[in-house]
Amino acid sequence: MWQEISGIFILDWLGFSGRMGDTLHFFLYDTVKIWFLLLSIIFAVSFLRTWFNTEKVRAYLAGKREFTGNILAALFGIITPFCTCSAIPLFLGFLQARIPIGVTFSFLISAPLNNEIAIAMLFGLFGWKITAIYIGFGLAVAIIGGWLIGRFNVEKYVLIAVPPLSGDIELPTYQPPFKERLNEAWINTRDVFRKIYLWVMVGVGVGAWFHGYVPAEFIAQYAGGDAWYTVPVAVLMGIPMYASAAGVMPLIEVLTQKGMLLGSALSFMMAVTALSLPEAIILKQILHIRLIALFFAIIGMGIMGIGFIFNAIL
Amino acid sequence: MKIEILGTGCAKCNELEMKVKQAVAQSGKFVQIEKVSDIQKIMGYGVMSTPGLVIDGVVKSTGRVLSVEEIAAFLV
Repeated sequence: MWQEISGIFILDWLGFSGRMGDTLHFFLYDTVKIWFLLLSIIFAVSFLRTWFNTEKVRAYLAGKREFTGNILAALFGIITPFCTCSAIPLFLGFLQARIPIGVTFSFLISAPLNNEIAIAMLFGLFGWKITAIYIGFGLAVAIIGGWLIGRFNVEKYVLIAVPPLSGDIELPTYQPPFKERLNEAWINTRDVFRKIYLWVMVGVGVGAWFHGYVPAEFIAQYAGGDAWYTVPVAVLMGIPMYASAAGVMPLIEVLTQKGMLLGSALSFMMAVTALSLPEAIILKQILHIRLIALFFAIIGMGIMGIGFIFNAIL
Repeated sequence: MKIEILGTGCAKCNELEMKVKQAVAQSGKFVQIEKVSDIQKIMGYGVMSTPGLVIDGVVKSTGRVLSVEEIAAFLV
């Protein structure tokens, strides 16, 4: 419905036509659609999150066996809030509760990969099927990647001593009423949206320009080929783009419409969210560079594997 | 009374510190405010999601920026 309304507005009322009309229509339609989806999905996730916090997750994960722990940690990564700036307290806090390092990594991989912004953007741009594939394979990478890291005896690469939890730690047990949860969810939604709405506009704007003016052959030549190197190149390019995930995804949508292979696109999006340079720099304060390299290598290979599989079967 | 703000220097932590200062100024009480960025100390409180708010050694909230009113309620 919104597609028709935005079409009438741009083409009939404002009188644009041809390529320009097509581009503007695409821009207006996509921007508003994505804004709407972002607001509703972020709100829903923030609301659910008022029942979860990392301290509760830690208490639940402590003492679980390794493989079960990896699966649970990856699942919790979907729902718990995560911000790169709290990666250190989180990492050490898990180790402090004597949660195995592999399980900790499963959480650390899953949390940014399955963040609400990425999921909302994917859902709005690619539909639920691709979103489900992304989440499913993202979880697999988190579970298997974390488990593999646990096999390498990397405890010695944690650079600061982590004393075990001493006695019972009392955490606030305050249960806010329904109205307060709604309010908190709304404040969070507003804060997140403020940070990314411009990025969405820029991303969709560049995408709209591609959509209207760049010929498909051009894209197919540079991003679409089934040459083996497109997937690793996509992963490498994704690493420095963490902060602008909201702006990058609309571009990828247009690139796939114009012939970029879906496997390469999935690899790229996962690299944008899961392999973040700022996070690596922050973790460098407490982890030896070898462990961070191992972390990036395992996740990078997992993501590339997904790209190759999808390029081959889709 | 002593209020500690636990945080490793993220934007939210600074925001919480500002809100605490406002709340304290409005209450007119004598309250000691301290920003704790030492990770060992933060771990000692069992807090993983920063910012954390600690009043007289008791963790009151984690992972969120409280409003001035919410903080003021702790000061009474």
